[in-house]
Amino acid sequence: MFESLTGRLGDVFTKLRGRGALSEKDVDEAMREVRRALLEADVALPVVKDFIDKVKARAVGVEVLKSITPGQQVIKIVHDELVEMLGGAVDTSISLHAAAPVAIMMVGLQGSGKTTSTAKIAKRFESRDKRRVLMASLDTRRPAAQEQLKILGEQTGVATLPIIAGQQPVQIARRAIEAARLGGYDIVMLDTAGRIHIDEALMQEVAEVRDVAQPHETLLVADSLTGQDAVNVAQQFKDRIGVTGIVLTRTDGDGRGGAALSMRAVTGVPIKLLGTGEKLDALEDFKADRVAGRILGM
Amino acid sequence: FIRKKLDRATLDELEELLIAADLGIDTAASVADAVGKDRYDKEVTPEEIRGIVASEISKVLAPVAKPFAIDAEKKPFVVLMVGVNGAGKTTTAAKIAAKAKRDGKSVMLAAGDTFRAAAVEQLKVWGERIGVPVVTTKVGGDAAGLAYEALARAKEEKTDLLLIDTAGRLQNKADLMAELEKIVRVLKKLDPEAPHATLLVLDATTGQNAVNQVEIFGKIANVTGLVMTKLDGTARGGILVAIAQRFGMPVHLIGIGEGIDDLQPFDADTFARAITGAN
Ligand SMILES: Nc1nc2c(ncn2[C@@H]2O[C@H](COP(=O)(O)OP(=O)(O)OP(=O)(O)O)[C@@H](O)[C@H]2O)c(=O)[nH]1
Ligand SMILES: Nc1nc2c(ncn2[C@@H]2O[C@H](COP(=O)(O)OP(=O)(O)OP(=O)(O)O)[C@@H](O)[C@H]2O)c(=O)[nH]1
Ligand SMILES: [K+]
Ligand SMILES: [Mg+2]
Ligand SMILES: [Mg+2]
Repeated sequence: MFESLTGRLGDVFTKLRGRGALSEKDVDEAMREVRRALLEADVALPVVKDFIDKVKARAVGVEVLKSITPGQQVIKIVHDELVEMLGGAVDTSISLHAAAPVAIMMVGLQGSGKTTSTAKIAKRFESRDKRRVLMASLDTRRPAAQEQLKILGEQTGVATLPIIAGQQPVQIARRAIEAARLGGYDIVMLDTAGRIHIDEALMQEVAEVRDVAQPHETLLVADSLTGQDAVNVAQQFKDRIGVTGIVLTRTDGDGRGGAALSMRAVTGVPIKLLGTGEKLDALEDFKADRVAGRILGM
Repeated sequence: FIRKKLDRATLDELEELLIAADLGIDTAASVADAVGKDRYDKEVTPEEIRGIVASEISKVLAPVAKPFAIDAEKKPFVVLMVGVNGAGKTTTAAKIAAKAKRDGKSVMLAAGDTFRAAAVEQLKVWGERIGVPVVTTKVGGDAAGLAYEALARAKEEKTDLLLIDTAGRLQNKADLMAELEKIVRVLKKLDPEAPHATLLVLDATTGQNAVNQVEIFGKIANVTGLVMTKLDGTARGGILVAIAQRFGMPVHLIGIGEGIDDLQPFDADTFARAITGAN
């Protein structure tokens, strides 16, 4: 992810870098190209506009004009604003500061990577943090969805809640929490069915699950290849059920990752983890400065 | 209605709306230009603008809107489902199978995703629900071998339609793309014309990356047509306009839900109207 955005911005910066004095027109020209690069990377239009305005305001100010290397200075501003947009230096670890069993609920659109990410995160808690995790699938709709999580549990050595045919999501959530309590688990992870953010009935269903499970973390799992609708998805899930973090999947693709930038910018919800492959250890922590650096090729 | 001059500012606004609908910068600009052409500075209502935009988009899409046809001469007519992870390949294969079955054809499904957990079970559940046999192999098994076996069986049983599901793969993974080539190569040993159709399944929520998907899957897997899924709900999938403009690849079907009947032929006009919100 991000590589080709890096390339596009790199071209803009090469032009800027060698410059002595910078006129407002030079900055405008560069910002038009930055705008294009961001839009081609699927960054949401309002976010792009806001970003460009902020950079411009700073770039035509004293900071740059007084500098002996104005081009370099503009690049630094773009970098700083990017880091800011990606969430700055906030703590992006998954919080476990709650009474055990700590419930973590996974939500998102169909096929975004919820079930796979559930298993990846559970595996990491078990092996790296020595926590005992119970996973439960609340997906009663997609054929073999519960079976999928069960198999992933077997592959990772993480316990899964026994499947009882015919139970509804809310009942399963209750049973999972009860089983986690009785079994002395530290964490209970609830994988939910995929749903479109404007599907009122399904959003209501997951809101009910939330009320029962009282999750300490609700992670929105989103595909990094998502287009302009990413912001609406993130905003709707946040408004309807409350989201404490974003897991961005398929960052091993050749997407430019704009959805990452805009979801965080619009909702203020931190991106916490990156899915970097189909394998169950393909999970990375999200670090805004590192990602901004990668985007800018620094 | 408030009439508005179709001037530069209005066209710029329009271009931004199209960008926000995932058409991409270049396609958005070209559609906005087409809207402005011959009508520049004319007075129009917002409703009229929407109608004009829809008709310009429809013009781009009309040449690629092609029904998905199953050639009865081929026995079986072999369809290979390909695409990135989670796009909707398995569900779409089941939907196409159900439709063909309803039309009186004999159908077979092949569970070619031997990688993802419960991918085989998922297709098996669909097969049971719609009453279609599903050819399977063990997890971790060879997908090309399974495809070969399924085609041999379908030939023997004189099945009309064989749909081969494959594992999701990102187009930038050369090894996984080579595996697709292998499936095609192996199928040709039994029928030099197989697969008769290779459908690339695109997720409507995808942004500009869908262009790469069409380009690379198109090249390596010889895609013959597109299916766009998850078009239920919001007006999404604008990237299809850019894809139509750039590749001219046929678009056959759209997925409009998770149910077995949630599959429709692709219609340029309806799609264009949905994207623009025109009546
Ligand atoms: N390349 C890649 N594939 C991924 C990643 N995360 C998930 N996948 C794949 O994406 C596909 C969908 O993943 P799932 O975990 O089943 O998605 P889901 O959100 O649970 O899907 P539904 O339950 O149907 O809504 C599978 O093929 C996964 O292997 C990732 O980070 N990279
Ligand atoms: N809303 C909606 N959901 C869909 C549609 N088509 C598929 N889905 C859902 O999207 C998710 C992924 O679909 P699959 O058919 O498993 O996708 P896939 O491409 O086979 O996924 P992998 O095999 O993991 O790569 C499932 O939850 C499906 O129910 C559609 O048209 N609309
Ligand atoms: K997806
Ligand atoms: Mg799932
Ligand atoms: Mg599948």
